[in-house]
Amino acid sequence: MKTAVLVFPGSNCDHDAYHALKHVVGVDAEFVWHKSSSLGGFDAVVIPGGFTYGDYLRSGAMAKLSPVMGAVRRFAEGGGPVIGICNGFQILLEAGLLPGAMIVNDSLRFVCDYVHLRAGTDRTPFTRGIPVGTVLKIPVAHYQGNYYADEGTLSSLEERGQVVFRYCDSAGNVTRESNPNGSARNIAGICNEGGNVLGMMPHPERCSEIALGSGDGRRLFDAMIAWLAARTA
Amino acid sequence: MKAKIYVTLKRGVLDPQGKAIRTSLSHLGIDGVDDVRVGKFMEVTLKEIGVEEARRRLDEACRRLLANTVIEEYRIEIG
Amino acid sequence: MKEKPVTPELAREHGLSPAEYETVLGILGRTPSLTELGIFSVMWSEHCSYKSSRIHLKKFPTKGPRVLQGPGENAGIVDIGDGLAVVFKMESHNHPSFIEPYQGAATGVGGILRDVFTMGARPIASLNSLRFGRPDHPRTRYLVSGVVSGIAGYGNCIGVPTVGGEVSFDECYDGNILVNAFTLGVVRHERIWLGTAAGVGNPVIYVGSKTGRDGIHGATMASGEFDEKSEEKRPTVQVGDPFTEKLLLEACLELMRTDAIVGIQDMGAAGLTSSSFEMASRGGTGFLMDLDRVPQREEGMTPYELMLSESQERMLIVAKKGREDEVREIFEKWDLDVSVIGEVTADGVGRVRWRGKTVAEIPIASLTDKAPLYDRPAERPEGQDALQTLDTAGLPAPSDLGETWVRLMGGPELSDRKWVYRQYDHMIRTNTLVLPGSDAAVLRVKETRKGIALSVDCNSRYCYLDPFVGGMIAVCEGARNVACSGAEPIGLSDCLNFGNPEKPEVMWQFRSAIEGMAKACEALGVPVVSGNVSFYNETMGKGIHPTPAVAMVGLLEDVSKRRVQWFSSDGDLILLAGADRLGIHLGGSLYLKEVHGKIAGTPPPVDLAHEKRLLEFLREAASADLVASAHDLAEGGFACALAEACISGPGSAMGARVLNPFPAATRPDFAMFSECQGAVLLSCAPAKRDAFLDLARRFRITMRELGVVGGEHVDIEGLARVETAELRKAWSEGFAAALGLEG
Repeated sequence: MKTAVLVFPGSNCDHDAYHALKHVVGVDAEFVWHKSSSLGGFDAVVIPGGFTYGDYLRSGAMAKLSPVMGAVRRFAEGGGPVIGICNGFQILLEAGLLPGAMIVNDSLRFVCDYVHLRAGTDRTPFTRGIPVGTVLKIPVAHYQGNYYADEGTLSSLEERGQVVFRYCDSAGNVTRESNPNGSARNIAGICNEGGNVLGMMPHPERCSEIALGSGDGRRLFDAMIAWLAARTA
Repeated sequence: MKAKIYVTLKRGVLDPQGKAIRTSLSHLGIDGVDDVRVGKFMEVTLKEIGVEEARRRLDEACRRLLANTVIEEYRIEIG
Repeated sequence: MKEKPVTPELAREHGLSPAEYETVLGILGRTPSLTELGIFSVMWSEHCSYKSSRIHLKKFPTKGPRVLQGPGENAGIVDIGDGLAVVFKMESHNHPSFIEPYQGAATGVGGILRDVFTMGARPIASLNSLRFGRPDHPRTRYLVSGVVSGIAGYGNCIGVPTVGGEVSFDECYDGNILVNAFTLGVVRHERIWLGTAAGVGNPVIYVGSKTGRDGIHGATMASGEFDEKSEEKRPTVQVGDPFTEKLLLEACLELMRTDAIVGIQDMGAAGLTSSSFEMASRGGTGFLMDLDRVPQREEGMTPYELMLSESQERMLIVAKKGREDEVREIFEKWDLDVSVIGEVTADGVGRVRWRGKTVAEIPIASLTDKAPLYDRPAERPEGQDALQTLDTAGLPAPSDLGETWVRLMGGPELSDRKWVYRQYDHMIRTNTLVLPGSDAAVLRVKETRKGIALSVDCNSRYCYLDPFVGGMIAVCEGARNVACSGAEPIGLSDCLNFGNPEKPEVMWQFRSAIEGMAKACEALGVPVVSGNVSFYNETMGKGIHPTPAVAMVGLLEDVSKRRVQWFSSDGDLILLAGADRLGIHLGGSLYLKEVHGKIAGTPPPVDLAHEKRLLEFLREAASADLVASAHDLAEGGFACALAEACISGPGSAMGARVLNPFPAATRPDFAMFSECQGAVLLSCAPAKRDAFLDLARRFRITMRELGVVGGEHVDIEGLARVETAELRKAWSEGFAAALGLEG
């Protein structure tokens, strides 16, 4: 079992994702440079956070053109699990692998803080075994995490069970106050129709060890391993 | 030859920056401003390839990279 | 285009005094070219030459068993065991940040990051020390927003967490804000690189961004007073590109894993000039550079401009001959410019060529050895005695102590800084175990059990009233803060922010502060390994309070022994270590300033022998798992320290019920808000009480048991009792409210 951690110019959570996978969860991980056009031999793909191409033009706009994104598309079409975290989520949106777009936070400020998320579906490889309604404590760190999609898209995401996480308070109530960036319907993470591609603004790799303030992020990676194991079994 | 490209948020997409600027303007006492929309302006220098061809290439550039058509629209001015 | 002729008048415009210009003529034996004049003027500017400060900086202890590199390089290096070392430095970017707060602060962060990774270390944390004018000054809100987002914009993008710092306000900074940035990196001993040009015939290689006309004369700008026309200096401010710096960081670290290079230095202030001349000076060599090979962003740049440009995100490398292609390959992979622009020579002369002509030819040893050095006159200001006079009996007592307490906790100095640090990515790299908000931030060092504690401090009111004692306090506070978190202070970096050194009163402040700091460093065994001096922090002749900011670095051998400043469990006992240090000291106190509108008196006394024992006691208490939390008494005195211990934690606020530690006859407002040096508020589990008191006796620390954690109030018996919720609300909303910012 081997996971790919993509590295674009300006990725900066690549080492954190690698550390969480390899040294905390204990699954094999390898960096893949953005000019690579193959993901052969990998069982899962992590698109880490950062400021690819400095977030110039738009977050993720230039990274979507890297050769590796073609490989990600094929990997996703084959049903392989893909998780895009923060800037990785923005890249997935720009690449059209997930619907919608990101605009700047309604505060117009960067926000780095712990938030609470309410799990909305267990159909993704990363939330399998995490019951709907579970509250997870995971930090965000972004300037453009204000998720936007037109009403039709939002309703369809909800109908098809593609809203994976919403911002909520510590008791699990989805409220305006608990939304750190103004995102539509408090959306923090969504998946594609197949459920195998997940994009989320919060950073599970930053809270995979209790010493860092929360161990909840680890549950996503553990779920992924269990899902992969079940698939090969 | 030169071209100008304007990329703006579509109507209906909330523009937090524009909203903040509008509020600041009214704090400054500059009244009568109903709405502000913040966008991007790009100046492109091209080889002499003719207006039609330039428009075709820039349109493709906008669709594929310069604008995100989920939230943004664009306008190209040549010459 | 004909070059401007060099005249004594032009030399003066470049900031060279007539005597300095005479020295230039003597060194060269002829009139300098314009390019040479530019080179001398920046190399001999206060910013690059430390000509007014060197004589005093020598008083700092800079050596110690852990010190691998003291001042004089890009940053200091201290051993932390296991073959690892920490590399750190603090630097000012005051003037640029005042002119353009976002870019000024951003490029300040960029510059200090380069100082650290140029030595081979991967930066793992940044801090900053910020000083602004009155919160209600019309420009303050704009400057705070701009500086904070500039620091965030750069640090967040490059992916180095900003884990702590300080923000303070005073009228004296209305026209001169202070933006001091600190970065720490970790390196394996064998991967340390220095900025030296050795090996005749080795290629000199330029990497990074292209050169434009940015910031020409930034270094001389940092060495001149402000006047009303400063706004017009805007074009010399550089623009930061953190994305390029991220690429440069990765490319440099990749290159340093090879053995293809000899030395490397960043092009900071005075750009290509200082990097080339300093590297050759350290290597005892010379160089020949061809400016036509410098990657250029703008057309028609003159040699003068190319040598003095302060375009950001550039490095100068001396590689081994024949290894040029390896260097080229790595930088091209990261989409960065790379160009061999010259070579190391044997004759000790720096030669610069442009369009086939020699445009500068300067003997390097003379440029450094004959650099001006001043022992400027120093004199205690006439008004100092009056300043130190304070009639405490005449101060009116507040009618409602609880209300005063809440007001101080929610005021601009003590309120929660979350509005600021929420904009900084303080978690990236997943090492930050104690997040911002405690006395010190604590980071783990992956693949070891070790931790690094970081704190930055300076009480400039104390330094203003008595720079010697204020200097001592800055060092002691930093050391105490890292010790409260369980760490041993192992080294510090400083940023010495002062007014115009040509004024004897300012020079007296500078000299006294350094002597105070040096005395504390000696007593505590903490070396100064790097730092920076920022003079001329004056506008229209009005100087700032002397502000020697101290960034303290502490080491935890076992990071699981880290401690925080806030109470964690109901029922824990509350104790005061150093109870004998309490006294009525209102001089320079926050209470005196905020409630009575005065800055006067003398700072609280310091007992260095006590401080030393206290540091060891705190560390031992943490490592023996006796103490649950530790927070030192500082601004706002006993009552504010107690309130902070109750409400500053990330969880829900805790209550406390304690005795008044002062004699009953003490005036109540003085008991609550009087400040002192060397006392620490502690909590411990009841079961640990006896062992804890034993330990204190062993270190000869006077302990006093004060009370218990718990309840809905913070209650100092006989003085004041306020709901924790009320204190917390005032404290968490105070910062944005004081500045009129949106929360």
